[in-house]
Amino acid sequence: MDIPFFAWPFLLGITFIIVFFIIISIIWITGLSGIDRVRIRKNFFTVKTFQAIWEVFRESLIHRKMYKRNPVLGYMHMSFAFGWFLLIVVGHIEAAVHYHTLNFPFWKSIFFRYAETNPPVTFIAKAFSAASDFLLIYIFSGVFLALYKRFNSKPFGMKKTTHLKTGDKIALIGLWLIFPTRYVCESITAGIYHNGSFFTQPTGNFLASFLPLQSIELASWWVYSLSLAVFFFALPVSRYMHIPVEILLIFVRKYGVRLKKHVNGYTRIQTFACSRCGVCLDSCQMIKANINNSQSVYFLKQIRGRKLNDEQLFNCLLCGRCQKDCPVGLDLNDLRITQRIESTKTYNSKYDYLKGGISPQADVVYFTGCMTHLTPSIKKAMLNVLDYANINYWFMDKDEASCCGRPLMQAGQYEAAKKLIRNNTEKILSSGAKILLVSCPICYQIFNEDYKLPGVKVMHHSEYLLELVNQGLIPTIKLPVNAVYHDPCTLGRGSHIYEPPRELLKNYLSLIPMKQEKEDALCCGGSLGNIKIEMDERKQIRDDVLDTFKSYNPDQIITACPLCKKTFAMGTDIEIHDLAEVVWKGISRKEHLDKKIRLPI
Amino acid sequence: MKQIVTIGGGIAGIEASTTLAQMGYDVTIIEKDKNTGGKMNEWNVLFPNERPATEITDYLYKKINNSNLHILTGTTISKATRKPNGSYSLLTDKNEKLHADTILISTGFEPFDATKKEEYGYSIYENVITSVDLENMLRKGQPILTSKGKKPKRIAFIHCVGSRDAKCGNKYCSRVCCVTGIKQAIECSRQLPDSEMFCFYLDIRMFGLEWEKLYQSAQEEYNVQFIRGRMSEACENQDESLIIKAEDTLSGLPLKMKVDLIVLLVGITPGKGTKDMASMFSLEREENGFLHIDDPHFGKNYSSKKGVFITGTCVGPMTVDETLENARSAAVEIDNYLTKIK
Amino acid sequence: MVSFGFELLDSKRIDYNKSDGRLLNEILEKEPSFKRCISCGGCTATCTAGSLTNFNIRKINLMLRHGQTEGLEKEISKCMLCGKCFLVCPRDINLRNVIMLIKKGVLKYNTEKKKI
Repeated sequence: MDIPFFAWPFLLGITFIIVFFIIISIIWITGLSGIDRVRIRKNFFTVKTFQAIWEVFRESLIHRKMYKRNPVLGYMHMSFAFGWFLLIVVGHIEAAVHYHTLNFPFWKSIFFRYAETNPPVTFIAKAFSAASDFLLIYIFSGVFLALYKRFNSKPFGMKKTTHLKTGDKIALIGLWLIFPTRYVCESITAGIYHNGSFFTQPTGNFLASFLPLQSIELASWWVYSLSLAVFFFALPVSRYMHIPVEILLIFVRKYGVRLKKHVNGYTRIQTFACSRCGVCLDSCQMIKANINNSQSVYFLKQIRGRKLNDEQLFNCLLCGRCQKDCPVGLDLNDLRITQRIESTKTYNSKYDYLKGGISPQADVVYFTGCMTHLTPSIKKAMLNVLDYANINYWFMDKDEASCCGRPLMQAGQYEAAKKLIRNNTEKILSSGAKILLVSCPICYQIFNEDYKLPGVKVMHHSEYLLELVNQGLIPTIKLPVNAVYHDPCTLGRGSHIYEPPRELLKNYLSLIPMKQEKEDALCCGGSLGNIKIEMDERKQIRDDVLDTFKSYNPDQIITACPLCKKTFAMGTDIEIHDLAEVVWKGISRKEHLDKKIRLPI
Repeated sequence: MKQIVTIGGGIAGIEASTTLAQMGYDVTIIEKDKNTGGKMNEWNVLFPNERPATEITDYLYKKINNSNLHILTGTTISKATRKPNGSYSLLTDKNEKLHADTILISTGFEPFDATKKEEYGYSIYENVITSVDLENMLRKGQPILTSKGKKPKRIAFIHCVGSRDAKCGNKYCSRVCCVTGIKQAIECSRQLPDSEMFCFYLDIRMFGLEWEKLYQSAQEEYNVQFIRGRMSEACENQDESLIIKAEDTLSGLPLKMKVDLIVLLVGITPGKGTKDMASMFSLEREENGFLHIDDPHFGKNYSSKKGVFITGTCVGPMTVDETLENARSAAVEIDNYLTKIK
Repeated sequence: MVSFGFELLDSKRIDYNKSDGRLLNEILEKEPSFKRCISCGGCTATCTAGSLTNFNIRKINLMLRHGQTEGLEKEISKCMLCGKCFLVCPRDINLRNVIMLIKKGVLKYNTEKKKI
């Protein structure tokens, strides 16, 4: 064996991390459900693998999402990941070209300058040498930014940055040392053998002018190898573990693996794929109410450390803003709900008192939802519109009806929610209706996600009213009102309904575009997702959102959720309406103008 | 002659100003509305003795005829500049300049906006009205009828609407709604002897010597019934009658009641005028929005700013008699202050 | 101790001397807003589960205060957690948390009692 002693720390480190990662991947993948494992097997030899590779390239190396969010932060990550990746690839190609074979000792490509001291003569050899020097400079720009970020995180678009644990610090020191030490040892070798390029060679010559390079050369390569070793050995206990796990995540996600209602291998993969970047801290509105210990990054950290407590687990609005911003694309809402399910599964309700029965026959089932009973103007507007358009509907929860189950689901009471789902499903299906009309986005989400209603189309009232407009069943009239439209979390980020409300509203009033809309909409603060938050804290979040609206100077604030409406109404003198009210007001105004009939406004 | 400017020509403003004018001060009342008298103009009869509200205004207007007293109606203050000695120079919206050695703020209250409690259905259901609406109907001598023009068979009075309710940010008791509700229930019962009156209450707060008598007479003579429970929501039937949801907390059972008319006993909230004046004169306000008083025992007419006095319901909920007393005490405090500064 | 005339059946009276405040205290510690209840009954009136059963969250507060833990588990399981109660509460009590805490607490309490 001609492996130099100094290369051993590196070789042991890389072997350790590869073996470690393979073992943990096997554990996680065997921890997936049977169907998910079949999915992986089936999709492995398909185009999906190439798509996953492409995504790894885009997200793990180029950091496209991160770059979109903040170019400086994206560049920093790209220079590390992509720069290092290229350095390894270029190093291997360089070695392969040099030895005219792919079968050369692995260490030689990593420590190529040490192994091959002859100065590059051919054009190709010179080009390789220059390329690796260039890449080193490229990475250095990232190291410089990273150092700067430790002191001032503002230019990176982040108000908050996460704290480091001991493991993180060791790995971080290793990581930061790798490239400077590589630069130093390559320069020293170049100073002796003149095998460097435009960056390392001048440095080597300079060092040679005052240092006995011969005697320190080996030591410098030792330091480089040790830095690599430190990084690899510290990796499993540091945040950098997310690098390999994210790659695994991208592959299994591409193969169709999804989160379940219980903790399994995929939950573990997602939990460890968190890079602890802290982007979620900036997305979270609870910071406005000085709640800063339960955001996704901390929540995942607690799961990893097995220190999760109810106070933090349930202190989240489930608004989905962090999920939308997460550069790794973690399913943060469902991850949390899954943990809530695990945490509360010993005390689920049975609801034996629920009765089935035959429902009245109708074309449309209207389910207003619990909350709408506390906002009767929405309920009244909807019933007026339905009567106006001569719809044959059954008002399912007019008097006695159970909840849709979504609030239970958000609290983790999955088994209990299933009981309500079964009961409601029976009632809906026996009505023979083809449409389930819902005026509460909370209900809408669970009807879509967790109910099985064959032959029944679930429609939010924004979609349904738009359809009535498009079919000419209800008239439109544009009133001189400038309004902002607030996307409710569960309707927008939760169910991706952004356009129907806007298209509908544009028939009746003018909409002022906002920066904080659609995917970037704010949460009203009233969310049922949070079990722990106090009302005063909710009010702080609400007032902050209302201030944002006020800056657009609207005549009215329009929303599509009874809970958002109720939350906002108490905090401002600006008129707050649900879009159903807007539509009914428009119809009655139009009818009044046409003097066809008189309707109550 | 020392000059005083009173902002707000309701009963507190007039009582204090006329007292000060009698003492020999030059007083100007600024009133934003066309008429002075404020909310008193909207009331029918007052508790506890059913005195017509006009008697109060008549009593006040008699004192107005004083050469020291000037009243500017339909006027607001647009600018206030404080001088080093604590006096003010004011500019009205009609470009009149006024000098004030001291300011008295008596901007009063606004009834709670019942549309904020959407679940109660005010302005959604025709037969949900507020105590202010009812008082206006009674004052005008209009018969109490439902939206369909029928005599209501059953009327529900809902206590604590916009009072003692953290959801509206009003964590205080408005003091006057319990007694107003009972007074109005008696008036309704007199007009509609065959109808039933129900008061939905949390606590009946009938203080002192006279109010408890009124409570008892409502029970004995007018058969007003009391249910201890807060209405959670109201719902409309096809015929525009209403269903109330509440819990009869004394029997611990949910209660559903069909009624023909709901009267929401709306609370006292600091009005827009109070908020505007607080910011114009940089006065501190309490969490509940009312003006901050210097001391709950010794400084009830002192604002957070020296030389600016406060009286009436801009300070907090008060009954009519309390308001008049408070106004007279403000006059004494202002007299003390102006004598001291010379 | 003198009987003071209270020789009726146990179910017909509240005996504060026998009350066990452990569960209540645990809940109040984690959700202090529960202390603020003024028994207005708004929660029970609006309750979705209450329109289908005799579920009464206000009474559960009283049960806890009286130390009555018997039947509590069955009572609390009727709640659907829809959140209407916390929307009408004039004292801003975080009732959904209270209910989750009772659900969890009563289970723990009953298992501990069984062990003894």
